[in-house]
Amino acid sequence: MMRPRSGGLRGWLPELAVLCTLIVAPIVFPHLGFSTDLLTRVLNWGLIGLGFDILFGLTGLLSFGQAAFFGVGGFVSAYLLVSHTIDSVWLALAIGTVAAGLFGLLVGWFAVRRVGIYFTMITLAFGQMAYFIENSPLSDYTGGENGIPGVPVPVLGFGANAIRISAGMPMYILFAVIFFLGYVLARRIVGSPVGAILLAIKENTGRVAMLGHNVPAYKLTAFVIAALYAGLAGGLLGSFQSYMPPDAFSLETSGQLVVQTIVGGAGTLIGPLVGAAVWLWLRDNLQLIPGFAILWKLVLGIAFIILVIGLRRGICGEIAHWWHERRNLAAARAAEAKTEAIEAHNIDVATKPVVPLKEVRLTLAEPMTGDSDIALEARSLARHYGGLKAVDGVSFKVRRGSIHAVIGPNGAGKSTLFKMLLDEVSPSSGEVLLFGEKVTGVGVSRAAQLGIAKSNQLNQLFPNLSVRKNLRIAALARRRGPMRFDLLRSAGSIPDVEEQIASILGLLNLVERADTPAHILAYGEKRRLEIGMALATSPNVLLLDEPLAGMSPAERIATCAFIRDIGRSRTVVIVEHDLDAIFELAERITVLYEGRLLADGTADEIRRNPAVQDAYLGGLHAHEPA
Amino acid sequence: MPSWPVLISQAFNGLALGTLLALVSSGLTIILGTLGVLNFAHGALFAVGAYAAFVLLQYTSSFVLAIVVGCGFMLVLGFLLERIIIRYFYDRPHEDQILVTYGVGIVLVECVRAAFGGNAQRVPVPSWGQGATQMGFLIYPTYRLQLIAIIAGLLLSLYLVLYRTSMGLVVRAGIENPGMVGILGINVRRAFLLVFAIGVVAVGLAGMLYAPVVAVTPDMGANFMAQSFVVIVLGGLGSFPGAVIGGLIAGEIISLTSAFNSSYSEVMLYALMAVLLIMRPQGLFGSEDRA
Repeated sequence: MMRPRSGGLRGWLPELAVLCTLIVAPIVFPHLGFSTDLLTRVLNWGLIGLGFDILFGLTGLLSFGQAAFFGVGGFVSAYLLVSHTIDSVWLALAIGTVAAGLFGLLVGWFAVRRVGIYFTMITLAFGQMAYFIENSPLSDYTGGENGIPGVPVPVLGFGANAIRISAGMPMYILFAVIFFLGYVLARRIVGSPVGAILLAIKENTGRVAMLGHNVPAYKLTAFVIAALYAGLAGGLLGSFQSYMPPDAFSLETSGQLVVQTIVGGAGTLIGPLVGAAVWLWLRDNLQLIPGFAILWKLVLGIAFIILVIGLRRGICGEIAHWWHERRNLAAARAAEAKTEAIEAHNIDVATKPVVPLKEVRLTLAEPMTGDSDIALEARSLARHYGGLKAVDGVSFKVRRGSIHAVIGPNGAGKSTLFKMLLDEVSPSSGEVLLFGEKVTGVGVSRAAQLGIAKSNQLNQLFPNLSVRKNLRIAALARRRGPMRFDLLRSAGSIPDVEEQIASILGLLNLVERADTPAHILAYGEKRRLEIGMALATSPNVLLLDEPLAGMSPAERIATCAFIRDIGRSRTVVIVEHDLDAIFELAERITVLYEGRLLADGTADEIRRNPAVQDAYLGGLHAHEPA
Repeated sequence: MPSWPVLISQAFNGLALGTLLALVSSGLTIILGTLGVLNFAHGALFAVGAYAAFVLLQYTSSFVLAIVVGCGFMLVLGFLLERIIIRYFYDRPHEDQILVTYGVGIVLVECVRAAFGGNAQRVPVPSWGQGATQMGFLIYPTYRLQLIAIIAGLLLSLYLVLYRTSMGLVVRAGIENPGMVGILGINVRRAFLLVFAIGVVAVGLAGMLYAPVVAVTPDMGANFMAQSFVVIVLGGLGSFPGAVIGGLIAGEIISLTSAFNSSYSEVMLYALMAVLLIMRPQGLFGSEDRA
């Protein structure tokens, strides 16, 4: 699976392996039925596949329209060369690649707003559109169904010393060099903060947005990267065949790429290359067997279905998984054993925070307006669902640096109110101000950037990422802003972020579990991580939605202490059913009842308030029989 | 500006294509809406339908009989696909559903290719549909007119099944909330099986009825599938009325554009989809939260 480089030579192992394979391939593989031309073709598919794997394997976006970018890159390069607008093949390739990237930006702009099925259908539809545009309105330039013949090959050097990169071995070497560079670059992208966030988007898109990352912009980045790789491969195809075929644009091409990626293994970068080798080898060699000439694709189709049903990881994915399992078996077993121990005894191994909060550099946020002591203010917030008034005109203020609780019986509108505080749900009327700045209407991701973070009632983790990586996605959010193109730096190389993660790991008492995947953690640990992720964004205001839900008494005590610690340097707003805990923690309490504000005051005031007692105890004060 | 007779005749072509797309898309959309599965084998099933008509017409001279037997065949094929493969994918991610149905599509198309070769086959127009009909200033092929009427009838009966029977009620409830339908004690799985089979029959019927009008090839369904994707994006995912109206709009756009400039006919359809995605992303009949 995709793992960032771990430094030193070992981190470069995949690159070295790919390099060696590329060098050895033309010597060894011809004996297995791969001609040099076939190998070159495999590399071409592998090159599109590098980009596609970043889009599909890493980010989880299944596009059925990659042929469009392959075709745009190919036809733009081919047209520029054949029409003698440009004579340098290299320059034409570059322009073709950029053109494909721009087209990717346009299509992606439409597609990334939609998820799942919609995304796939839209990419497929735009792919078809590109095919028809090539075929008819632009046929004067593209040759329509005839394509563009006579695309020249690249030339190295100038004048008399120039070397034409002719078909056969020189062409293989060119493709191998470009593929290798593309592979190294793709590995860098996967290991970068952008790559980490793209993987998190695949795991849990909603949480990535809630942490403050601009999800559509990241998806669009992945889409454009995929389009650029496809465009370059398309341009190279024209030179390789000295002909640019119109079927580069066809739905068949997009489908072939998808099948090859699944067969080879998505999320491994070289998977598509391996899949292409299987596809093209089957095509060329099964056709030689009498009676199999038209059956090769049937064989492939059946194999594909079996892979999707059973071996979802594909060839490289299964190998990587097996390798990874074998190497980390002991660690995984130990982690699971620890989880079992924690859950069996219903206590945490050590419930007290090891590191006191003082050591964590979390400074109290400065108010935006000079004299304001109010961190968060709700002004007559209302949310109506049809005739149901879930929240009906609630106003309250949260003082900076305080722990403020919102309580109320079931159905009082607490969760809806909470969601409106960070614009997860947009209010029917009213507004929310954070240090005087309006939060309502900006969207959950922008709200997080303004400094509101929320831990959810139901855990929203990245289950397959380690605890450290979960926290890293959070810590990267406000450190890097909603979007940044740091594609080449390593995700774990930002000192501030790593320091922040280390402090929070200590605070959560999860230091030992830092490299354990989140889904293996015990329930209490997951709850702590959920809060820790919100905290890792360095919020000015931290919203905790039922942080104690489902915890054992021992865990509750530990978590309350933990929240009190956080409250020393943060403004905390908390929704909780455990009133004993609330009366102990909160300085100020807002009580909701049936969508309305029932009371607002200090813990003592609320405790003595008869209206609140009524609401909670349902009229027991009148000595009614229960 | 093309002449009025050309425009009107293109409008009829659009109606013929539109009703066909409506039938193909309604099969796609009821499967999508009820089972949540985007059936990428839909294009292949269209081709299978056309080949079924081709084969059956060699054994019988009755077009109607061939269609009826063909529907039985599609129904069985639908049952088998659902039982053997699709049902194991209801709980898997959408991507897996798309991939497995795409694989099924490849296998179906390649089976057809293995059996009948890659060359185009011709299916004769039924005896009662031969020739052309004089309609005032316009002469129009009789079979295409009949096609419009037949498919309109089929869409109506599909509508009646979906909106006037208890099974239809289960299906529509299943679209809204499959979990709740299950809790109410209704056998959702059996309803799913039926819906998938009905969707397969719908697209197969479209293939059979259209076979006499076009060249029958193993790959004939691919473009129809792409167009029906546009139709259900236009109409709103999972919406039956959306599929019908969307199909008609798509058919007319393709045909009327080609009256002006045929090279833009298909492009126009996708351009319309792009515009609609900006203006009304959930589609004409879709609700916000399903998008």
